[in-house]
Amino acid sequence: MGSRASTLLREEEIEEIKKETGFSHSQITRLYSRFTSLDKGENGTLREDQVNFRGFMRTLAHFRPVEDNEKNKNPPTTEPLNSRTNKLLFAFRLYDLDRDDKISRDELLQVLRMMVGVNISDEQLGSIADRTIQEADQNGDNCISFQEFMKVLEKVDVEQKMSIRFLH
Amino acid sequence: SVIKPIFSFFERAAALLIICTFLSFLYGSRGEVPPKPTPGITVVPPLKPNNEPQAYPDAEKSNLPVFTMDYPRIQIPFEITLWMLLASFAKIGFHVYHKITVWVPESCLLISIGLIVGAIMHSVHEEPPAVLTSNVFFLYMLPPIVFWYAVMGTLWNSIGIGISLFTICQIEAFGVQDINLQENLLFASIISAVDPVAVLGVFEDVSVNEQLYIVVFGECLFNDAVTVVLYNMFSFVADMPVVEPVDVFLGVARFFVVGLGGMGFGILFGFVAAFTTRFTSKVREIEPLFIFMFSYLAYLVSELFAISSIMAIVCCALTMKYYVEENVSQRSCTTIRHVVKMLGSISETLIFFFLGVVTITTEHEWNWAYILFTLLFAFVWRGLGILVLTQIINPFRTISFNLKDQFGMAYGGLRGAISFALAFTLPDTIGRKQLFVTATIVIILFTVFLQGISIRPLIEFINVRRTNRNVDTINVEIHCRLMEHTMAGIEDLCGQWSHFYWKDKFMKFNNRVLRRILIRDNRAESSIVALYKKLELQNAMEILDTVSGDISAAPSIVSLHEDKKESAKPKKKFFAEDLKNMHNILSKNMYKIRQRTVAYTSKYALPNDSQPREILIRRHSSIRRSLRPGSFQSQKYFSLPAGQGLESKFPPVRHSYADEHETMSEVAYPARHSRFGQPKRSASGAMMPLHRLDTLKEVPSVDVLNESEKGSTSRGVSRTNSSYSDSRVPAPNDRRNAPTEAEEEQGEQPSSPPPAWAAEPRDSTPQNPLLRRPKWNPKK
Repeated sequence: MGSRASTLLREEEIEEIKKETGFSHSQITRLYSRFTSLDKGENGTLREDQVNFRGFMRTLAHFRPVEDNEKNKNPPTTEPLNSRTNKLLFAFRLYDLDRDDKISRDELLQVLRMMVGVNISDEQLGSIADRTIQEADQNGDNCISFQEFMKVLEKVDVEQKMSIRFLH
Repeated sequence: SVIKPIFSFFERAAALLIICTFLSFLYGSRGEVPPKPTPGITVVPPLKPNNEPQAYPDAEKSNLPVFTMDYPRIQIPFEITLWMLLASFAKIGFHVYHKITVWVPESCLLISIGLIVGAIMHSVHEEPPAVLTSNVFFLYMLPPIVFWYAVMGTLWNSIGIGISLFTICQIEAFGVQDINLQENLLFASIISAVDPVAVLGVFEDVSVNEQLYIVVFGECLFNDAVTVVLYNMFSFVADMPVVEPVDVFLGVARFFVVGLGGMGFGILFGFVAAFTTRFTSKVREIEPLFIFMFSYLAYLVSELFAISSIMAIVCCALTMKYYVEENVSQRSCTTIRHVVKMLGSISETLIFFFLGVVTITTEHEWNWAYILFTLLFAFVWRGLGILVLTQIINPFRTISFNLKDQFGMAYGGLRGAISFALAFTLPDTIGRKQLFVTATIVIILFTVFLQGISIRPLIEFINVRRTNRNVDTINVEIHCRLMEHTMAGIEDLCGQWSHFYWKDKFMKFNNRVLRRILIRDNRAESSIVALYKKLELQNAMEILDTVSGDISAAPSIVSLHEDKKESAKPKKKFFAEDLKNMHNILSKNMYKIRQRTVAYTSKYALPNDSQPREILIRRHSSIRRSLRPGSFQSQKYFSLPAGQGLESKFPPVRHSYADEHETMSEVAYPARHSRFGQPKRSASGAMMPLHRLDTLKEVPSVDVLNESEKGSTSRGVSRTNSSYSDSRVPAPNDRRNAPTEAEEEQGEQPSSPPPAWAAEPRDSTPQNPLLRRPKWNPKK
């Protein structure tokens, strides 16, 4: 938490981010100093995708652990960024690159191929993808919608899998 | 997790010494006449060498014996071998009846066999194997294998049990008043050591979540060290008639000296071993010898100074694993691993086997009250201990242990080998030694049999959080792996915080100083090609290792590649066998996540590889680009030749070539285990022309390309491409670019040749960049 960090990040911004993402004050300043270290070009954005700090925080907010005591306090009006649904949405978007809210077979194949080693033939991968879609698809459109995605993962402890403990 | 292989390594390494102890206790270490623990099979009576029939008994010259038998000469090794074989046969036998091993842990079975053999021996009045002596135990036998649960748990258990038992002893009715506090504490320290073998087998079978597994595993390994230290302390104290406060203080101090001293010695020997292996490149065959001898030396030397030899050997192995693995050849690594596994397996087998034998054949002293209360307290204190310790540590963990986990940990506290051995080495000055021995055996049998058999249904019943390894659906498997990859990436983004300041510092020191000294040819850690080679080797070995599991077994479905994505396909039937195949394929082939905690990220930078970052970014953008309709990617798999930087200078206009090069770089550098290391495959279901890749041949041999129809276009392309290659880039680059044009051609007649597997070994010409040391300057 160098002084450089705090001068570049104004208090009201911190407050806004805090409200939006749920991080604490010290976490935000820490992450800001991290952001600035990553931001080699010093133009306020991380390269290529032009992510600014807000975007950075918004993304990271998805990975906050879900806290139980949040339910006890006043229930937030909008769903917090790190809710289970939003975490799943994040994962969903990793597949759905063209943002049509559906995971098509091709998108699935893309990701599958990336995750998998050389030794799998196209046919095998294709049938794995087909099976995946078959398991999830309920409305018969040969794509996986977000609802179907959520249903498929209902037994999985997503809150634990997609959480990092941010130290403060 | 990385802990597990390390622990298995040294646990087995340490456990090898257990076998020696049993061998030696068979035959006594003090030169006693060894009783012959003959197995229940026929025993060859010893024949005297000069026992031939002599025609003239008082003849001075005997004839040259043509055929003799000299049993005493081979007696000792012979009987050792027979014992080992017997135990190993038993082990084979269990696995023939697979159903048994599902429900009954192997240790139970071994003990049962031991009981049977012991009964046989007892009934023929053979003598049991000689009892362990302390010397023998500590010189040859080593309990396998440090930490919050281990240290504190053992302390807690020992002291708790000891004190409660002492209280019980005060009650006159039970007749054990003569046991004083020290002896109680000593006994308690013996029985608080948990044994990993049985419980971890069950955990694996039930596939509990990894956190639980790791904690129990680690606890079992390290608490043996603690136990032995405590045991030594208490036995020393037990001898003393009067205990003064200063003795207690000294005891505590000694505890630290012993523990830390052990670690220090271990690390020292580890460094020496690492340094030695730096120079063994010409004598590869004896590399394993160094490893084993140095470990054993560490053990012996720490015994010399009466400090904790277990810690020494554990730390030695840990240190060695890290540095030595880089220095020794692949073959030596394999050898070491296999030898260690084998020895560990033998020793486990033998221990439980002998437990059974000895149970029957020793004299027991039975005292209902003491023994029952021991059982009760052991149980109670362990449960309490786990509860308390977990409460203390949970706030510091991301994933807290819930009650079910804690139950699993508490219930999984089976006693075993260590307690057994320690009980036998109690000094005879303790009056109630037999009682202690009996009580220990009772506890071991109780925990192993009852808890061991019942833990499996219990865990399933209470539904301890499982790993996701055996999930039902393919979906879950894939998505979970994706999430894990994501998390790895995000963790990289966030970096480490100042809590790891010392770790950072150590790692810097490590890189700058230690690695230079201890590792031969220390290239910078981010030498991608070396890493790539290692990863692919490991990958290949893993695949080869699993004999079952046929990765080429395609599901019994006809490949349904169609031109249109949206065409209504008839629903394919997926049989159960296909599903199983799919799970197999996925679990074997999906890249594993690299270890979660990035070991040495500084606060201000990503982990020190800029190349994988490049790869990631490029891959991401090229994926997006490739999703545009009609752009196919042919399957490529090749490595970047030496000298070529990742930053391609290709203008984005020729986007196919840019993709080409990105793919090249991506493919060549799968970075860490988990990153997306595979060439992009054709996204669409349509057929795409696949080209065999003989990337390392020279340009002129373009016609090696299988697709003759593409031949002409390739040639054209390759010529154009060559203008783009870096002058330093050797010919292979051109060939690589040849197939690119395939991307641009759409609607070609699909000519599906069988996909060329890049993993196939190429001609290992010197041009193979993999074999060459790349001299390349990573550009930031």
